Amino acid sequence: MTAIEVAAPRLAWRIAEVREIIDETPRVRTLVLDVPGWPGHRPGQHIDVRLTGEDGYAAQRSYSIASAPEAPMVAITVERIATGEVSPYLASEVVPGDRFELRGPIGGYFVWSVASGGPLMLVAGGSGIAPLMAMLRHRAAVGASMPARLIYSSRSHEDIIYRDELARLAAAGDGLDVVHVLTRARPADWTGESRRIDAEMLARLSFPPSQRPFVYICGPTSLVESAARTLVTLGHDRRLIRTERFGPTGP
Amino acid sequence: MNEPPISRGFRARQRPPGTRDRVPPGQHLVSDFPVLSAGPTPEADLASWRFGLDDGASPFAEWTWAEFNALPQTEITVDIHCVTTWSKLDTRWRGVTIDDLLAAAGLSEAPDAFVMAHCEGGYTTNMPVADLVDGKAMVATHFDDEPLDPEHGGPARLLVPHLYFWKSAKWIRRLQFIPEDQPGFWEENGYHMYGDPWREQRYDGD
Ligand SMILES: Cc1cc2nc3c(=O)[nH]c(=O)nc-3n(C[C@H](O)[C@H](O)[C@H](O)COP(=O)(O)OP(=O)(O)OC[C@H]3O[C@@H](n4cnc5c(N)ncnc54)[C@H](O)[C@@H]3O)c2cc1C
Repeated sequence: MTAIEVAAPRLAWRIAEVREIIDETPRVRTLVLDVPGWPGHRPGQHIDVRLTGEDGYAAQRSYSIASAPEAPMVAITVERIATGEVSPYLASEVVPGDRFELRGPIGGYFVWSVASGGPLMLVAGGSGIAPLMAMLRHRAAVGASMPARLIYSSRSHEDIIYRDELARLAAAGDGLDVVHVLTRARPADWTGESRRIDAEMLARLSFPPSQRPFVYICGPTSLVESAARTLVTLGHDRRLIRTERFGPTGP
Repeated sequence: MNEPPISRGFRARQRPPGTRDRVPPGQHLVSDFPVLSAGPTPEADLASWRFGLDDGASPFAEWTWAEFNALPQTEITVDIHCVTTWSKLDTRWRGVTIDDLLAAAGLSEAPDAFVMAHCEGGYTTNMPVADLVDGKAMVATHFDDEPLDPEHGGPARLLVPHLYFWKSAKWIRRLQFIPEDQPGFWEENGYHMYGDPWREQRYDGD
């Protein structure tokens, strides 16, 4: 290490290179990033990405880390917001080999690891699955088997991010259930939940408050607000409920 | 650090004219009002709501909701800047300035140099007293003439507009004056002790 690196602030900007791009859904892509010097992260943390244009204009946004700490590279999953400044660039323009700045990991509260214990209760809407996926990938990577349940709201079947991987994780028989909720379009043979996440659904599908599950809720602000409020009403200890709000609208 | 890599084809969205010098580095303007908090939004019971001032461990003033609303009201229009990179211009608030709270408690100046703000749900955030007095901050109860929504911190939040918005603690219940600066909830979790948006003090070490 050079002296300059030692003196660098803890959250230094680093240069990431896009190694792989995965089309998750029509509006969502995962960028797999090679980040030299990456210090490691805890599931649930995020990074700040900074893009600089040809005219020197720079913009930064936060993206949750979707990969497990055990994975060799850092992955983020970005949903294209049509009117947005940064997400359309990341979700449509970027190609493998491109480089941009990022820093992290950031956030010490919306984090869970196997050492935190269970049961683990996850509620996601849309791209809000990203930090929760880091938790589920970590849980699987270390072979943990504490009860875990994901309630995941998507607009339609084709909008389900990580659909195949979630099916594989849920089929592993290691204590994880995945419940999909579709809010708009449903396949003809859909027998699952098909409306916005509501009190009846949360009462039926969550671990009972007596089991004191650790609850993580992430997604659009409206979904996070209503799910968190409902779980408190159902008797869950508000101190066990952690939330991350991505933005204004919902699926 | 070396020159940042250039993202070819990445451009700024058009911004309203005349706003550039009001937006700190790394921030962008929004017209809606995003929400950032770490847990469920608390529902306040106004009948049992109290707001108080403590000198260290000793309470020295406390108001009920009705008493609080009878204190002198101040309206301000300010720009606010959230650490998650949005800024919102010309937001209009009403509440009671920290100067008026101290005066109502019979003090001409604050008992100590730093403050820990305590909120419903156990959240805390810290700042120097100098950033709260001389008209710089208030406990706000109204936004745009309407009672403050719970998800935006209602019934009452701290408003310290010149610092990143997490310092404007939602669901405020007490201001505790303390002799030395101590990290609050967000600061313990990696955010900056002071949080000046113009110096981009987002995270510990910035
Ligand atoms: C801690 C944290 C973690 C995040 N993690 C992720 C992640 O893993 N994946 C991800 O895709 N996003 C994530 N976000 C949201 C992300 O930071 C950006 O806000 C989002 O990509 C939009 O940026 P933009 O520049 O495209 O839109 P902007 O130019 O910022 O906004 C354009 C318009 O879109 C609206 N808007 C902004 N965000 C959303 C949204 N999420 N849904 C609907 N409308 C919106 C704005 O209100 C505005 O009107 C996270 C946010 C936070 C705070």
